[in-house]
Amino acid sequence: MFRRSEQDKRPNVQIFVDGVAVAARQGDTVSAALLASGRDVRRSTAVSGAPRLPYCMMGVCFDCLVTIDGVGNRQGCLVPVADGMQVEIQKGKREIGK
Amino acid sequence: MTVAPKREAYDVVVIGAGPAGLAAAATSAEAGLSTLLLDENIGPGGQVFRAIASTPVTERNQLGADYWAGADLVQALRASSAEVIHRATVWSLDRNLEIAVSIGGASAFVKAQRVILATGALERPFPIPGWTLPGVMTAGAAQTVLKSSALVPDGRTVIAGQGPLLWLLAAQILRLGGRIDRILDTTERGNYFAALPHAFGFLTSPYFAKGLSMMREVKAKVQVVSGVTELSACGEGQLASVSYVAGGKRETIPADLLLLHQGVVPNVNLAMAAGVEHRWDELQLCWSPVLDANGASSVAGIAIAGDGAGIGGANAAVVRGRIAARAAVEALAPAAAATLTSMAALRADLARAERGRVFLDTLFRPAQQFRIPTGDTIVCRCEEVTAKDVLDSVAIGATGPNQLKAYRRTGMGPCQGRLCGLTVTELMAQARGKTPQEIGYYRLRAPVKPITLAELAAVPKSEADVKAVVRG
Amino acid sequence: MSKAFSSEVDAGSRKENASKQKSEYDVAVVGGGLLGSAIAWGLGRLGKRVAVLDEGDITKRASRANFALVWVQSKGLGMPAYTVWTVQASQAWGRLASELKQQTGLDVSLQQNGGFHLTLGEDEFGQRAELVKRMHNQVGAADYKMEMLSASEVKKSLPLIGPEVSGGSYCPLDGHVNSLRTFRAFHTGFIAFGIDYFPERPVSAISKSGGEFRLTTPKGELGAAKIVLAAGNANQTLAPMVGLYAPMGPTRGQIVVTERTMPFLPHPLTTIRQTDEGTVMIGDSKEDELDDRALKHSISAVMTDRAQRMFPHLSRLNVVRSWAGIRVMPQDGFPIYDQSETHPGAFVACCHSGVTLASNHAFEIARMVAQGALEPELVGAFSASRFGGAGAANNSGY
Repeated sequence: MFRRSEQDKRPNVQIFVDGVAVAARQGDTVSAALLASGRDVRRSTAVSGAPRLPYCMMGVCFDCLVTIDGVGNRQGCLVPVADGMQVEIQKGKREIGK
Repeated sequence: MTVAPKREAYDVVVIGAGPAGLAAAATSAEAGLSTLLLDENIGPGGQVFRAIASTPVTERNQLGADYWAGADLVQALRASSAEVIHRATVWSLDRNLEIAVSIGGASAFVKAQRVILATGALERPFPIPGWTLPGVMTAGAAQTVLKSSALVPDGRTVIAGQGPLLWLLAAQILRLGGRIDRILDTTERGNYFAALPHAFGFLTSPYFAKGLSMMREVKAKVQVVSGVTELSACGEGQLASVSYVAGGKRETIPADLLLLHQGVVPNVNLAMAAGVEHRWDELQLCWSPVLDANGASSVAGIAIAGDGAGIGGANAAVVRGRIAARAAVEALAPAAAATLTSMAALRADLARAERGRVFLDTLFRPAQQFRIPTGDTIVCRCEEVTAKDVLDSVAIGATGPNQLKAYRRTGMGPCQGRLCGLTVTELMAQARGKTPQEIGYYRLRAPVKPITLAELAAVPKSEADVKAVVRG
Repeated sequence: MSKAFSSEVDAGSRKENASKQKSEYDVAVVGGGLLGSAIAWGLGRLGKRVAVLDEGDITKRASRANFALVWVQSKGLGMPAYTVWTVQASQAWGRLASELKQQTGLDVSLQQNGGFHLTLGEDEFGQRAELVKRMHNQVGAADYKMEMLSASEVKKSLPLIGPEVSGGSYCPLDGHVNSLRTFRAFHTGFIAFGIDYFPERPVSAISKSGGEFRLTTPKGELGAAKIVLAAGNANQTLAPMVGLYAPMGPTRGQIVVTERTMPFLPHPLTTIRQTDEGTVMIGDSKEDELDDRALKHSISAVMTDRAQRMFPHLSRLNVVRSWAGIRVMPQDGFPIYDQSETHPGAFVACCHSGVTLASNHAFEIARMVAQGALEPELVGAFSASRFGGAGAANNSGY
């Protein structure tokens, strides 16, 4: 869907998505990094399990919900990536204690 | 690193670091008032100047001069004494001007003498069949990832809708070498005639020349289909194609990315939860706060500036921010007001900035079929409630959005109606033969954005509070 | 669809105006909340011609602001008849749920597998044990097996409780339901029974002439042979219009609601329940305050703090909204069911536990209203005569 412009000279940041290393750039939000990764990062809703991807990228639609470093239902479009960050794609309802 | 506000009380707290907030905070601070600027995002700029201080898209002609004008605003803010906290989410504002803000997972409370809400706008919902499919996003979303991460579409991409932002986005994508397969223009033909009486204001405004050249730039490279009257996104679990009707003919084209845009509307949640009175604006088809000429709302001490006060664009937002800040200075430190631009000059600036607005609002008034869906089209994305569900609720007696909420959970999700509220109001108005003003809106309350249980639990409590809860 | 109103109706409304007709309705129910709806539904079920008059979208509705418990334990301290009435309602709820399901297709997710009131620390445990003892010792007490359990006993049913939980009281008859879906089911059932629902028609005056009651609303008058006042706290103002008395003492309660999470709470508590949707509701406060728009975050803090001490893993869950509701609360906490002597055919019904008692309202109260008389053996204890004479309304804001 998206590719990175050659103009982007920002340093790399390594995050993990469901355990797999993914290259991001410093200053990316988690959602931007996921969209740029080329991976299937669709979540599924807590209501019906319908697949979703981010819609607004500005913090109002809540379709970018993702688990970051063990904490669920974070808005990925508002969180900047950091080295070693563990991102998990959410399927359905939030788990106990996560 | 968690930053907490340095004080417990400020003269002025500004919420939102878009053009209005940047201008308001700088003005207030320059006049010597203790000023706090809170913003949810990583850096300043709001939406229109997104990533202005950090964008990897450094070639200036790609994002354009209008974008880079935002850099001056940020510079002025940073040169001022205003305290600025980013990644700070305000979740409560009440009539006593007490603000609850979440920073790094902990909540802080500050009190203000004056609050200037500059929370801006969000994209108008575009509830077409399939709009919840992965691969369907707003034009604003594409612009955000372009500005902040230099991402451009590289698959089969369709842009659909209407309004100046659509053309700006298309131009920026093309300048960065991104791919656009087709642009579907949903501007209603009748609107051209309706807008004609306001054309002079537009022709003599800054919008006209820029707008025209941008459209030419885009049309030279992309197929544009005008007069689109029907639109839907199709696919199983993912967007696969876009289907549309134009000139009575139906076409379907394969697509990986569909970018929707039909204007922006005020982001009313914090203002409404604070008790600010709003009314339905029939021209802009949205809820706007009731304000006086200084931006003062129905709640004493709360002013609203920028697109949250009514859609007016970036230049108008800057001036409104300055007006609201100047009004605060006049109230709290009148002697200092003499050092600021006069109110008369600011009002003249505003009139200039608002030239052409009525023309744009009239021309780009979104068509009813794109605002009011039917059948199985989803209205409430969070709770997955369809248009038919809403009509069924009207049939059993729901008279407005709040009873609808009880029956179907619309508005109960985390977005608190941001993506469904306007649709619900208009759909119910149509079904009941009433005006949107009569139908009303969701009753909003804090927290206007989710906070963790632990964070809420850590809020200071008194013995009286405990007694009210622990009752054996 | 009946056409009942005798003056102009708003343009564009689907219900058309028609000429005056005498006693078009057997019963007019004033108030379309859970209580009024249950009674109206029950009357329609008996084949009566019913009209329901209700307020509009913005109004203080306990039906939209309740904790959805179908609760027995600790009910009736000071009035054993209330305990009996409550146990009966709890036993009849299953029948209500299945009839609603059959009629409307809606499953109200009734769950009656027992409920808890948990205590934190030894002092609270002691206080609760005292209450349980007092209830057991009441003359005429029905035995509904409310008992105190230790923390380790509670843990067998609720494995995720935290170390501060000292135990609590348990009753096997307790349960909960999706009260909003119940509300929707009643209103859906209205269509099937041919009950006319008229929103945006608050009643400002009631008169009786020529054997029928006339109800005055902003959109005209409506006539009915009998009326049931089921307007919650507003009954206090309406009741005297027909020689009845309904003193109310409303209080405000706040609730916090979280996002959906995987099922973790198999039994409802008095202060925490997990809905069939997966969301967690946390309550509740009792404040002398009648503004349901304002919220005190410090009170939400107490509630959420207790919740996370009871279930530590809740602490990371997001609160997505909070709201306040005004309780419908008769002055002494017990229901008021009465029929007028000066205006025969006028009934008043109000209570706090509109969810728990919905089955009794739908089956018993409706039956009695249809037959024309409340039965003293069943509901005599709830007559307002217990307040000692129809005095002036107390100053509760209604």
